[in-house]
Amino acid sequence: MKKEYLKIDKVIGPLVEMSNVKGVAYGEVVDIKNKDGEVKKGKVIRLDKDKVTIQVFENTSGLSTENSSIRFKDEAFELPLSKDILGRVFDGLGRPADMGGDVYSRNKYNINGRPINPVARKYPRDFIQTGISSIDALMTLIRGQKLPIFSGNGMPHNELAAQIVRQAKLGEGSNEDFAIVFAAIGVKHDDADFFRRSFIEANAMDRVVMFINYADDPVAERINTPRCALTAAEYLAFEEGMQILVVMSDITSYCEALREVSSAREEVPSRKGYPGYLYSDLSSLYERAGMLKDNPGSITYLPILTMPNDDITHPIPDLTGFITEGQIVLGRELFQNNFYPPVNILPSLSRLMKDGIGEGYTRKDHPDLANQLFASYSKVQEVRALSQIIGEDDLTEIDKKYMEFGRQFEERFVSQGFEENRTMEETLNLGWDILRTLPVSELNRLNPALVDEYY
Amino acid sequence: MNGRITMINGPVLRGSGMSAFKMREMVMVGEKRLIGEVIILDGDTGTVQVYEETEGLKLGEEIIPTGKPLSVKLGPGMIGNIFDGIQRPLLKIDQISKDFIPEGIGLISLDEEKLWEVEMRVEKGDYLKSGQIFGLVRESGLIEHRLLVPPGVEGMVTQAKRDGKYKIEEILLELKNNEHVHKLKMYHEWPVRNPRPVRERKEIEKLLVTGQRVLDMFFPLAKGGTCAIPGGFGTGKTMTQHQLAKWSDADIIIYIGCGERGNEMTEVLEDFPKLIDPKSNRPLMERTVLIANTSNMPVAAREASIYTGITMAEYYRDMGYDVAIMADSTSRWAEALREISGRLEEMPAEEGYPAYLSSRIAEFYERAGYVETLCEKDGSVTIIGAVSPAGGDFSEPVTENTKRYVNVFLALDKELAYARHYPAINWLDSYSGYLKVLESWYEDNLSEEAIPLRNKMLELLYRENKLLEIVMLVGEDVLPDDQRIILEISKIIKAGFLQQNAFNKEDTFVPLEKQYRMLKIIDYLYEKCKSSLALSIPISQIKNREIFDELIKMKYTVSNKDLSKIDEITSMIDVYYDELNKKYLE
Repeated sequence: MKKEYLKIDKVIGPLVEMSNVKGVAYGEVVDIKNKDGEVKKGKVIRLDKDKVTIQVFENTSGLSTENSSIRFKDEAFELPLSKDILGRVFDGLGRPADMGGDVYSRNKYNINGRPINPVARKYPRDFIQTGISSIDALMTLIRGQKLPIFSGNGMPHNELAAQIVRQAKLGEGSNEDFAIVFAAIGVKHDDADFFRRSFIEANAMDRVVMFINYADDPVAERINTPRCALTAAEYLAFEEGMQILVVMSDITSYCEALREVSSAREEVPSRKGYPGYLYSDLSSLYERAGMLKDNPGSITYLPILTMPNDDITHPIPDLTGFITEGQIVLGRELFQNNFYPPVNILPSLSRLMKDGIGEGYTRKDHPDLANQLFASYSKVQEVRALSQIIGEDDLTEIDKKYMEFGRQFEERFVSQGFEENRTMEETLNLGWDILRTLPVSELNRLNPALVDEYY
Repeated sequence: MNGRITMINGPVLRGSGMSAFKMREMVMVGEKRLIGEVIILDGDTGTVQVYEETEGLKLGEEIIPTGKPLSVKLGPGMIGNIFDGIQRPLLKIDQISKDFIPEGIGLISLDEEKLWEVEMRVEKGDYLKSGQIFGLVRESGLIEHRLLVPPGVEGMVTQAKRDGKYKIEEILLELKNNEHVHKLKMYHEWPVRNPRPVRERKEIEKLLVTGQRVLDMFFPLAKGGTCAIPGGFGTGKTMTQHQLAKWSDADIIIYIGCGERGNEMTEVLEDFPKLIDPKSNRPLMERTVLIANTSNMPVAAREASIYTGITMAEYYRDMGYDVAIMADSTSRWAEALREISGRLEEMPAEEGYPAYLSSRIAEFYERAGYVETLCEKDGSVTIIGAVSPAGGDFSEPVTENTKRYVNVFLALDKELAYARHYPAINWLDSYSGYLKVLESWYEDNLSEEAIPLRNKMLELLYRENKLLEIVMLVGEDVLPDDQRIILEISKIIKAGFLQQNAFNKEDTFVPLEKQYRMLKIIDYLYEKCKSSLALSIPISQIKNREIFDELIKMKYTVSNKDLSKIDEITSMIDVYYDELNKKYLE
């Protein structure tokens, strides 16, 4: 039924323009065959009179304006999904990249998904124990949350993510039908291998679905990689009722790809050349995390991004922080002092923890304790700044105690082994242990009754 | 005459054959009947922004005019409900398509099946003017919905229904004006981009009591006023907005989640029905209207959601209510403008925003006000807009332009948020332009000393800020005692007064009287300390740990209902310092 077209007007970067085309739908998928018979996938991104602009997801090199054949598929970008995807590896466009052959399923899913109706959402309240003290106590991860890791180049964000994947334990009451969807977006081969290895070590390989777009794969393919992964996650969570943890690295490469395509389209740029719709585009990914009423499944989302130049105000971390429910920030200074995990406590935050901790969830002292640790550690920064100027010896007695508190907090609480898995109980007790370096009079964020019980 | 699509670019379409279309007219697009609005007309060609996902749309599909501008239906059924950006009820959408929002559901808004108990207030032969109340409907346990004659309509009642139960589509009243017959239903439609008329704008005179100390005592909001809350991510904009939505003493709250997180709307939906309004003892949801266009919903509807919200607010104001509207966040709305402007290939101004950004922001905030309505009642619309500046930098265009049109500016501060000082409102950068006009309100309703006391305490904090710069260089020990006492008292103001715990039952909302007494006793302590200092008593003696701690904790220990504990603390202070002074005098 659909005609095949043989003439391309223009090829600019990942974009192909052609004319005299009729009956094409916006967003329709296109197969472009070059003269060697190689098929490249693309999507209609603009229709103007009889002119069509196609964004090609693969490398456009080798395409010529003559001798190509373009076929419009009359469908949106869809993935066939079934439970068989568990344990499989796909490329950045959702095509099998292992020896397992095609996935057969009657049901195909549009990779763009649809927005979850806010009235259908269930507010996430059950915590996930990661076994990492700084995260569990101070930025508790909640099932159904989107909590990114803001990192910098060279810092151990991959190790941290792998440790979370290995140790994550859902609270009681969940059916524990647990799986991981991993999307590598423009990552180095080494990093992808690291994750693969760590999944094997955690004995989780048959519970993992991987979508891999390497750093040397076509840039335009990257724009679809997270969408394929999230569509798979939505399927497993909301149709199969599973608990899904989505790990994605690296969102920065995704945004770079978006910028590249946007500039090829000659769009008006906003900050740092990124397109004006970067916020809407990122939220169309992040907002796919969550839980639904009357549905046992959940999607917990841990995107990883490397902040260019460690700058948290760069548009990528900045816009991400406005959409996600908190952030785990890794600090260069802690990293240089050899602390692992180098979680920089003060700018880190979990917005959902307020409803998922405390009595009935973790332990009744948790909210106040977390608050006090934050407040005291923030005071440590002031004291350290002062001691830089007047020297530690000239500090007041109280300030010296703060210095000691800061040291212990970083060495004993924040830092822990890559293999070390602490229970929530251990973490909270450790927190009290370290607070005892300060006199009671300095602990004004704690309910006096809690001080009596735990101090 | 229908138009035909000739161009598709994201949410923006162009069509031909549209010369008979009107600017800002609502249209239906394609087989799916997507809803859109005409934004440019140029001869035969028209440009349409579409409020739904356009994927799958083809060239040549129809653009159908509806003959009216983008409007909302104003009538009973809004309170307690949650709508999308163009007033479609999300609960209804969830029934049509479970869990996920599809496109092409068409135009639905107020529930047409529900029977409302109507009490008619007019009879045959009465002459009704625009904006007059002709009937009453109990919309929720808290809100009496007053049915209004639409602005621009008047006439003699020729037919009127009796009291009884009716659906909103039934005709209740017929008015005759010369040859014109107007049939009035329980609702009328109003184009969202046009402000509703009022009899006259009045001068601001009443405080919007929020129960939040840093606002009520330091940076007051006024009924009918405007306020912006800018802050980087994680500084607590949404938290502050939620606190205001919960506790401020407006009659009706319109909460617009504009391009924000889905879970935040879910949180409001789960919490508000459980929270009890301190004044009326009814669930807060009974005075709240929610509008949700979360960040993953179509961007053009985000632009419309702000107008939908403010139009509903004006409608309730016209019944004589004090309405507060929270827009979280206006930056997302501005970004929606930018995105559409980019698709239209308009010449960008600063940071890619269109040149008309400033005038659009002005038009929005100017719809706030304290007014006398057409039905001669007092009503107000207060606008509280969150702003999400990129990188937390207040010099970006949206914050800058918003600052020009609002009177209260509550600057949220990253450093305070890092130290978990909430609400993280920076007292040095924030301001309220309503202090002067509210002076007599404070005198009549609280105390003549309230404003002078506030000024004195704020000045203390300014001085503390200067002193802290010195402390950062040389340490606290070298300061003279009269300056160290300022640091100590400031600590109490910050920890004991400005910090407020939204999760504590006693502290989440504090009555004005208690706020004032708390501030007053801090000042009392300060004066006592100064008098002891004058006797050259060393600061180690003056700074009595027990008393200072008592003041920091009084937000928890003094009950909201019984302030007698403050008197106890006062006498505790008296006893201690009198004895101390006596000891040193001897």
